[in-house]
This record gives sequence, C-alpha cells and structure tokens, in this order.
Amino acid sequence: MSSDLILRVGTKLILPFILLFAIYVQLHGDYGPGGGFQAGVIVAAVVILIAITFGHNAAKRVAPRGLVECMVPMGVLIFAGTGVAGFFLGGNYLDYSVLSHDPIHGHHLGIFLVEIGVAVTVSGTMVALFYAFVERGR
Amino acid sequence: METVINMALLTLLAVVTVAMVVQRSLLSVVILASIYSFLMASVMIVLDAVDVALTEASVGAAVSTVLLLATLHLTKTREDMPRHGRALPLLLSLAVGGMLVWGTLVLPPFGTANAPIHQHVAPRYINDVMAETGVPNIVTAVLADYRSFDTLGETTVIFIAGIGVMLLLGGLRRQSSEEGAPEDPS
Repeated sequence: MSSDLILRVGTKLILPFILLFAIYVQLHGDYGPGGGFQAGVIVAAVVILIAITFGHNAAKRVAPRGLVECMVPMGVLIFAGTGVAGFFLGGNYLDYSVLSHDPIHGHHLGIFLVEIGVAVTVSGTMVALFYAFVERGR
Repeated sequence: METVINMALLTLLAVVTVAMVVQRSLLSVVILASIYSFLMASVMIVLDAVDVALTEASVGAAVSTVLLLATLHLTKTREDMPRHGRALPLLLSLAVGGMLVWGTLVLPPFGTANAPIHQHVAPRYINDVMAETGVPNIVTAVLADYRSFDTLGETTVIFIAGIGVMLLLGGLRRQSSEEGAPEDPS
C-alpha cells in the first residue's frame, strides 16, 4: 500500500476513466481503433494499478483470484462457443451469417461475441500472471 | 512534416536501443524497453496504423513493463558480465543485421499501392467489407470475421501461455504448501 496521498487520490480519480476507456475500446472496436485484445489489456491495467497503489489485497477484493483464473478459459469457451453456435444453426464453424435472421446482423453479433471472448481471456490471463508473479515473490 | 517526425522518432528509437544494449542495470533496461514501446506506438500512429499503436502502447509499454518489473522482483536486477568473448555475438549480429538490410533492398518502395502485399486479398476486403460484414473498421472485420480462425488460435495461445506460467509460478508453491505441512516433521 502506497502511503503517498497524491498517488492514492490520483489513482482513484483516474480509475473510472481508464475503465470507461476500456469499455469504449471494446464496444466501439467495430467503428474505431480497438477491440477485445486492447480492451482486455486495459481492464487488466486497472486491476494492476489498484494492486500497485492500494496493495495486493485491495486488488484481490476487486478481482478475486478464483474469478480471474476462471476467466482465462472462459474467453476461449465464449469464442469457440460462438463457432459451435454457427455450427448448430446450419452454417460452418465460425460462420456468423446464420447467427441472426439477417446476415449483416449475424456478423455484427458474431464479432461482438468473439471480441468479448478475446477480452475475457486476455484480461484474465494478464491479471492472473500478475498475481502469480506477485505471490511468488513473497 | 511527416518525414521530420519519422526521422526524430526513428533516431530516438536507435538511441534507446543502444542505451538498452549498453545498460547493465536491468531495471533501467525495462524502463527503456517501455520507452521503446511508446516510441514504436508513436511511429505506428504516424503510419496510420492506430489499432497496432493502441496494442503496442497497452501491451508493450504498460502491461509487459509491469510483468517484467514483477520478474525482476523475483530475480536480481543487475546483468552479469559476459563469460565468453564478445567477438562471435558481434559478428553474428552484424551478419544477421546485414542480411536484413540486404533483404530490404529488394522490397518495393515504402507505401507503393501496387506492392504484392496490397494486391492479394486486401482489395477484396476493402471493396466487400461493408456489404459482407457491415463493420467500417476493416482491421476488426479481418481479425474477428474473415480470419476468426487465426484469432481463435491467438486466444488459445494466450490461454495456454497463461496456464503454463501460472502452473510454473503458482502451482508448485500451492502444492508444496499443501503437502509440505505433514512432511515437515520428517
């Protein structure tokens, strides 16, 4: 835990904006720069910033270790599950056209789901790696 | 103007690289690597590759710096003096560098529209992306739609790498703390 008042207050001020930017990068990736990978890393950066400023236990309250470790395979499952969904709806694996009544909508939905999957795996992995390193060092 | 910015950024990149090679304190090397990534992200912005710049800034400059600092926390922070002579590595680096420079001589000039890489599938992506996917950002469309198999593979690679490091660093410790207690008296 950092005893620097400016650091702690500054971190508290900046955290919501970083999180908002991550959500923007995630959801606006279809129209602007960004996507699941970048958003996942930014979300992980939020947790790491909390851990650096407020200590490891504060970060674990925000993102419990069990949740983070579940997120690592969860994202791959979401991604692969989107592919399997196309499979069952009459298309090929990872064919987004059949996900909705309209092919364009289906592609939007497919890209959205796949990006969510990437973000979940990437943020989970980054935070889990950070936890593994920090706990190893004790 | 763009040329001036490019020259300044590339000069700074070269300076940072030389500083990284010369520096023996690993902490300074990590900070310099972070600076290198930020400069690289700026170069990518000048090249209009904003998606790559965002990735480079978030992964290269931010998270990998934190992970490298965490690694230094586990090891020592000064580089050992080399045990062997420096002639062979220097010769090898010069040979590889020379071959890379030689390879760039036959590349098409920078930014030409009729370079082979812009003739293969790129025109189809640019022409059909709105009709086929309705996603204006072609980079996202290529990553998550046209080449979703590649992206699924990448996500799986991140998953496997994460699981591997977690097992190497955390798994051993947890096992020893569970099994270590009864074995302590013996």
